[in-house]
Amino acid sequence: MTEVLVKPAGPARTSSRPSGLFRLTPASGIGLGIALVWFSVLVLLPLAAVVGAAAAGGWGAFWNTLTDAQTFAALRLTVIEAGLVTVVNGILGTVVAWVLVRDQFFGKRILDVVIDIPFALPTIVAGLVLLSLYGPESPVGINIVNTRQGIFLALLFVTLPFVVRTVQPVLIELDADVEEAAASLGASRFTTFRRIILPSLVPAITAGSSLGFARAISEFGSLVLISGNTPYQTEVASLKILKFIEGDNQAGAAAVAVLLLLVAIVTIVILDVVSRRVARRG
Amino acid sequence: MSIEVSGINKKYGDFVALEDINVSLPTGQLTALLGPSGGGKSTLLRIIAGLDTADSGSVEIEGVNATKLPPQKRNVGFVFQHYAVFKHMTVAKNVAFGLEIRKRPKAEVKAKVAELLELVHLSQFAHRLPSQLSGGQRRRLALARALAVEPSVLLLDEPFGALDAKVRKELRDWLRRLHDEVHVTTVFVTHDQEEAMEVADEIVVINNGRIEQIGTPDQLYDEPANDFVMGFLGDVTRLGNVRLRPHDIELALSPAVTPGTPPAFAGVIERTLRLGFELRLTVDVEGQGETTQVVLSRTHARALDLGVGTKVWLRPATGAISVPVLGVASA
Repeated sequence: MTEVLVKPAGPARTSSRPSGLFRLTPASGIGLGIALVWFSVLVLLPLAAVVGAAAAGGWGAFWNTLTDAQTFAALRLTVIEAGLVTVVNGILGTVVAWVLVRDQFFGKRILDVVIDIPFALPTIVAGLVLLSLYGPESPVGINIVNTRQGIFLALLFVTLPFVVRTVQPVLIELDADVEEAAASLGASRFTTFRRIILPSLVPAITAGSSLGFARAISEFGSLVLISGNTPYQTEVASLKILKFIEGDNQAGAAAVAVLLLLVAIVTIVILDVVSRRVARRG
Repeated sequence: MSIEVSGINKKYGDFVALEDINVSLPTGQLTALLGPSGGGKSTLLRIIAGLDTADSGSVEIEGVNATKLPPQKRNVGFVFQHYAVFKHMTVAKNVAFGLEIRKRPKAEVKAKVAELLELVHLSQFAHRLPSQLSGGQRRRLALARALAVEPSVLLLDEPFGALDAKVRKELRDWLRRLHDEVHVTTVFVTHDQEEAMEVADEIVVINNGRIEQIGTPDQLYDEPANDFVMGFLGDVTRLGNVRLRPHDIELALSPAVTPGTPPAFAGVIERTLRLGFELRLTVDVEGQGETTQVVLSRTHARALDLGVGTKVWLRPATGAISVPVLGVASA
C-alpha cells in the first residue's frame, strides 16, 4: 500500500481504476475500515479474549479441564445431541419446507407464520412452553424433565425454523421446467427428486443445518428448565460453563468455550465441503 | 401417422386455450405450430408430451393411445423454451441422464453421449457446466439431451426464441440439416412465420385455440384459407374489397383498360419508402377508408418517375392471391 502511495506519477497512475489486489478506492477503503472495526469490536476481540483467558492457565490447565470426566461428559452429550438434532432437522426441515411450498392446504399461511415462533420466543419461554406440556404436571402424562430425551426435544424445538427457512426460498425458485424435462426423459418422481431437486437443495439444507447445529451446541435458556443439569447424565456444555463461572473458575469456563468454538468452526467447514461435493456430483 | 391428435379441448377457467383440435402428423415430418403468442400452440405441444392434460380428446403416438400415459412413458423428447438444463451437471452428464435412468451399460452410455455431442458440435465442452455455455450452445445441449433417449417424437417449444438474429439463423439451418440426418418426427412451436416457412415441411396455423389452416409453406402462402392466415404469413394490404399482397398490385399512370382486366382504382401517392432494392408506396385510394401499400422494384419506379403526389391507378395483378375483406361492402 505505502509503496503505491509514494510512487511518483507513472504508468501505474494512468489507470483510474486500481487493479491490484490490495488497492482500494477511498470509498471502499472507508467501507472496509468500518466493517473491520465493527466486526473486531463485536466479534474478533471478544473471541481473542476468551482464547486468551483459556490460555492464561497454560496448556496443562486447559487440558486438565477438558479431560476432567464431568466436563468431558457434558461436552460429549452436547455434541452428540446437537448432531442428532441436526440430522433430524435436515430431513424434517426439508419435508416441512417442501409441504409449505409445493402443497396447497387449509391453514398453510398460518403454519408458515407459526414456524417462526421458536425463533421469536426467548428460549427460556420455549423451555417453559415445553415444560407445561411435557413437564411434571403434564396433561398428557409425559414427563421429560431431567432426561436426555428432554434435551433432544428442547433442541429440536428451538432449531426447527433454520432448515425450513433456508430451504423454502430455494424451493420456490426452482424451475418447474427442469422437473418436467426430467420426467419427459423418463425419470420417476423419486429419481427426479434425488438427482435433480435434492442437489439444488443441499447447499440450503447444509446452511440451515449448520446454523441449527451452532444454535444447538450453544443452547442455554430452554435447557435450564428442562435438562435438570445432572452431572454425567443431563449436563450440557453451556450449563457447565455457568457452573464454572459460579465456582469462580474463569479459566475452566473459557476452556470449554474455546472447545465449543472449535467444534462450531469444524462443523461449519465440514458441512460446507459436503455441500459443495454433493451439489457438484448430482 | 406418428402423432394423431383428435378432438382436443382445453380450458383454463373461462379461457378456452384449445378448441376441437384435430391434427395428424406423418412419421419423419418436420412440422411447425405457428401462431401468435397466447394462441394455444405451446399448450398443444405440452399436451402431446403429457406435461399438460386435455379436458377431452385423445393423443396417439406411434399407434399407441397416449392420452392417459404419463410423460415418462410416452417416449417423447421435449426441448423447453428456456432450455431447462440440469445446472449442477456437466454437459456430458446432462446428455447421459435419460440413458442412465434406463440403466444402459456404462460403455453404451459413453459412446452415445460422445456421438450426440459430436452431432450438436459440443464435444469440446463435455466437461463444462451449463452456466459456462452460451444461449445457443445450451439450446443444442437441451436438444442432444432429448435425442439421447431416441424418442419417437421430438417436440421443441420456441427453439429459436431469445437468441440473437445471427444465432437464430444458424440454429435454424442446423435444425433443418439435423432433421434430414436423424429423421425423427419433429414438431416445433414458433410465432415467427419466416422461421416456420423456412424450416418446416408442414405448418399448422393456430390462433385463438383453433386451427386456422394446415398445409405446406407454399400452400399457406399461395392459398391462404382466410384473412388471418394471409395476414400472418406475409404483408397484406387492402384494395377495394379484397386483401392481397403489396407486390401483387399493378400500378399504372393512366386508367387505360385492357379488355379482360378488372377496373383500376384511382389514388394519389402519399408516402414513399426506399428499402434496398424495393420501393414501398403508400397510396390514398379514392373512396377507400384506408390506404393501400404497393411494393415495386426501384427500376420500375424510376421508369414511371413516381413521387409523392403522383396520381396513379391500381389493380390486382393477374393471378394475384386475394381474400375478401370480411364485413365490408363493395367499395
